[in-house]
Parts: sequence; C-alpha cells; structure tokens
Amino acid sequence: MTWSGFLRDGQQFLPILLQGVWVTIAVTLCALLLSTALGIVWALMRTSGKRWLEWPAMLFTNTIRGIPILVQLFYIYFVLPELGVDLNAFQAGVIGLGVAYSAYMGEVFRAGILAVDAGTIEAAESLGMSRARILTRVVLPQAVRIVLPPYGNNLIMLLKDSSQASVITVAELSTQARLIASSTFKNQEVWTMAALLYLCLSIPLIILVARLEKRFGRR
Amino acid sequence: MIEIERLQKSFGTNRVLDGISLSIRQGQVVCIIGPSGSGKSTLLRCVNGLESYEGGEVRVLGKRVDRNSPEIRATRQQVTMVFQRFNLFPHRTALENVTEGPIYAAGEDRAAAEKHARELLARVGLTGKESAYPSQLSGGQQQRVAIARALAMRPKAVLFDEPTSALDPELVGEVLTVMRDLAREGMTMAVVTHEMGFAREVADHVVFMDKGRVVEQGPPAELLTAPREPRTQDFLRRVLRPLE
Ligand SMILES: Nc1ncnc2c1ncn2[C@@H]1O[C@H](COP(=O)(O)OP(=O)(O)OP(=O)(O)O)[C@@H](O)[C@H]1O
Ligand SMILES: [Mg+2]
Repeated sequence: MTWSGFLRDGQQFLPILLQGVWVTIAVTLCALLLSTALGIVWALMRTSGKRWLEWPAMLFTNTIRGIPILVQLFYIYFVLPELGVDLNAFQAGVIGLGVAYSAYMGEVFRAGILAVDAGTIEAAESLGMSRARILTRVVLPQAVRIVLPPYGNNLIMLLKDSSQASVITVAELSTQARLIASSTFKNQEVWTMAALLYLCLSIPLIILVARLEKRFGRR
Repeated sequence: MIEIERLQKSFGTNRVLDGISLSIRQGQVVCIIGPSGSGKSTLLRCVNGLESYEGGEVRVLGKRVDRNSPEIRATRQQVTMVFQRFNLFPHRTALENVTEGPIYAAGEDRAAAEKHARELLARVGLTGKESAYPSQLSGGQQQRVAIARALAMRPKAVLFDEPTSALDPELVGEVLTVMRDLAREGMTMAVVTHEMGFAREVADHVVFMDKGRVVEQGPPAELLTAPREPRTQDFLRRVLRPLE
C-alpha cells in the first residue's frame, strides 16, 4: 500500500463509506434515545421501593444483559416478523441495540440515583416540594453529574456496537466496508479507512464527555 | 401551634417514641435535649411528616400531620426544617438553594423569590456569597444558607435538628447568633441541641427526653439548674462536665 495508492482508493471508496457513516450515526443516535428513555424507566422502577415495580425491571434487565446483542438482533429481525411484527433492518437494529443498551444505561442511572445524598431529598421534602419536582429538580440533576462519565462511555461502546447491526444487513459503516473489501480485495485500504472513520466519530465523543465532566464536576 | 399527643413510633420492634406529649405555642422557643438515640430527631421528623407514626397524633396549626395525605406539602411549607448535616443542594448556588422552595414548592414568582432570598442571605450574614456553591462555603456558612432556605418559605415555625453538631467548634457561634436573632424576632422554634448555654439563654421551655419519653420539662432556669429527675441530673452532669 502506497500513500498515493491509498489516497486514490480513498477517493473512490470514501463516498460509499460515508453513506455508511451516516447510517452508523443514525443507528447510534436512535438507539441512544431509546436506551436512555428505557434505561430511565428501568432505573426509576428499580429504585421505586415498590417490589411490584422493582421485580419486573430487574428480571427484564438481567435477561437482556445475559443475551448477546447479536442474538437479540437476529431475534428481533427474524423472529418478530414470524409473530406478525414487521420491521425493516434499520428499525430492528435500533430496537435491538436500544433495548440491549437500556439494560446498561439503567444500571448507570440506578447507580446515579442511589448516589444522590438522601439528605438533599429530605430537605426538598421538608420544603413541601412535590415528588415530581423533587425528581426533576433535586434527584436527576445530581444524578446526571454522577452518571455522565459512565453514560459517555456507554455511548462510545454503543457507537462501536452499532457495527453489529451489519449482521441483519443494516447498511452502516462496517457493512459498507465489508462490501467494498470483498468486491475489491483491498482489505488493508478499506479497513484502515473504516477504522479511521470510526475514530473520527468516537474521538469527538471522548472529548465531549471529558468537557461535560469538567463542566458538571464543579459543584 | 404544634401539638404532640401521646405520640408513638417504632422502627420494627424498636419503640423509638413512647407516648410523647408536648405543645409549642406561637413565638415559643422549645429546646429538646437528651442522650443519643433518645428519639429527638425522630420526634422532629414526625412533626415535619418525614416519618410516619403509629399512635397518638401530631397537629400543626390544628391539622393532623399525615405523611401520606396530600395536605402534607402545605403543612411542610408552614413548618420547615434545618438539618444537622445541612443537606444543601450541592448543584445549586447559595441563592438558588434559598429560592428553590419558594419557586418550586410554593410557586412564587422568580424575581420576588430572589429578592427575598437576598434579604435572607443578608440577614444570616452571607451577603456576597449568593453565587457560591455549597462546596465553596464553610460548614457554618452552609448551615446559615440552610437556615435562610428554611426561612424562605415564610414558615410559621422552624425545626432545628442539632444544627451545630456537625460544625467545627469555632463555627458554632455564628450559627447560634443567627438562631438567637431569629428567636428574638419572635419565630416559633423547636431546637434539638447539645448547646446548653444556648438553651439556657434562648429557650422558653426545655424538654429532656430519654428512651422515647419526655422525662422532664420546664423553664430553662428550673430544668437546667435544678432538675428534679435523677436521669436529667445525670445527663446534665455528663454534658456540662464531660471529663469528670
Ligand atoms: N430509619 C431508621 N430505621 C431504624 N431505626 C432508626 C431509624 N432512625 C432512627 N432509628 C433508631 O431510633 C432511635 C432514635 O433515633 P433518633 O435519631 O431519633 O435519636 P436522637 O435522639 O436524635 O439521637 P442523636 O442525638 O444521636 O441524634 C435510635 O435507636 C435509632 O437507632
Ligand atoms: Mg438526632
């Protein structure tokens, strides 16, 4: 592989790989939204102090954590349609990754909620704040600060795990790379470019998370 | 203003409050003293509805305090609490700590709440510290913010649970000064404390508790200088001369 050769191949492959980059970003963002929303639900259920809420959330999250993401993706893409739920590859990828990551997000949020000083919650209660207000004004803002570093790490892992959606034909970055590599046999060039593109996506995230940590770390 | 009648409270099989009766009238300062574990904090927490109780009754302004009733929020806004460990909101500035209750519990307008909060911070000697975060303040300053926060609700009474026990000795005075001023201005206060000097000087009424019961109560001059009950005598001897 020479530099000029790499650049020439790059010019040729980059547009296709970039299409994959957009799909990777879309899958990651949609799965992030889903996993965050579901994760908050699991965390609230598991810290509710009510067994009829804690128990199903625990069962569900532990089941999900015990099954490889790959198997979950296959399940959603191939088994759900047999049960009458029709999903395209993108939707199945988002749901699979989102649900799988909701278990990890839920654990992160739960740890954050539990780390909030109970004294501050009592102080808010003693001022006569409603439960909803205590949640949004006292618990969540404090939990967010505690949660941001592990949340950011989960996001970076999710970005990389979005490549697993290629097994159900989602046309994301690694899928495109595999298609080009198998048709041109330029494995070194293609996979080097794919790796660089993943780094272009993840390094800004790493920097962003560090910045947020710094900003919220101040108390 | 606050009436406690034969109050009973247990944690599991541990009876922590065993028939407490006590009343606090408007403008009164009542100090509650007693050994560790006697139930003083639990008593205040029952008054604030932070704790449920099984027997007897707590009434605030004639209304029964019930942790699970929808009216508890209104009651809490009339009787606020200052905690031993301050319990400030660490993610909010001093000013925001004070405006939090008025804005988000009482629905007060932000500008009015901020104006009032600045006045209160000035009153507790914290002008210039409005935008400091709790972690940037000393313990004494934090506790004074907490007092301003409790006052911001314009409460009818304030409950203090050992407000100076978590402070370095040299910072106790500044908090007691604020509380003394507050008492002079006629605020109704229930103060759990080990500061006997403060109780003697400021209290209208002193209550000695042990093992979930009121052992003895009366004016400070009587109870602190000439207690009748042997348990009170014993406790005061240990508190006032701990090294003997
Ligand atoms: N949440 C709780 N669960 C179980 N037991 C509790 C709880 N809170 C308090 N207790 C018990 O109730 C008893 C009274 O506690 P409380 O905190 O009211 O005492 P106190 O007089 O305030 O003591 P101190 O001077 O140490 O603050 C203690 O035996 C304590 O262990
Ligand atoms: Mg106590």
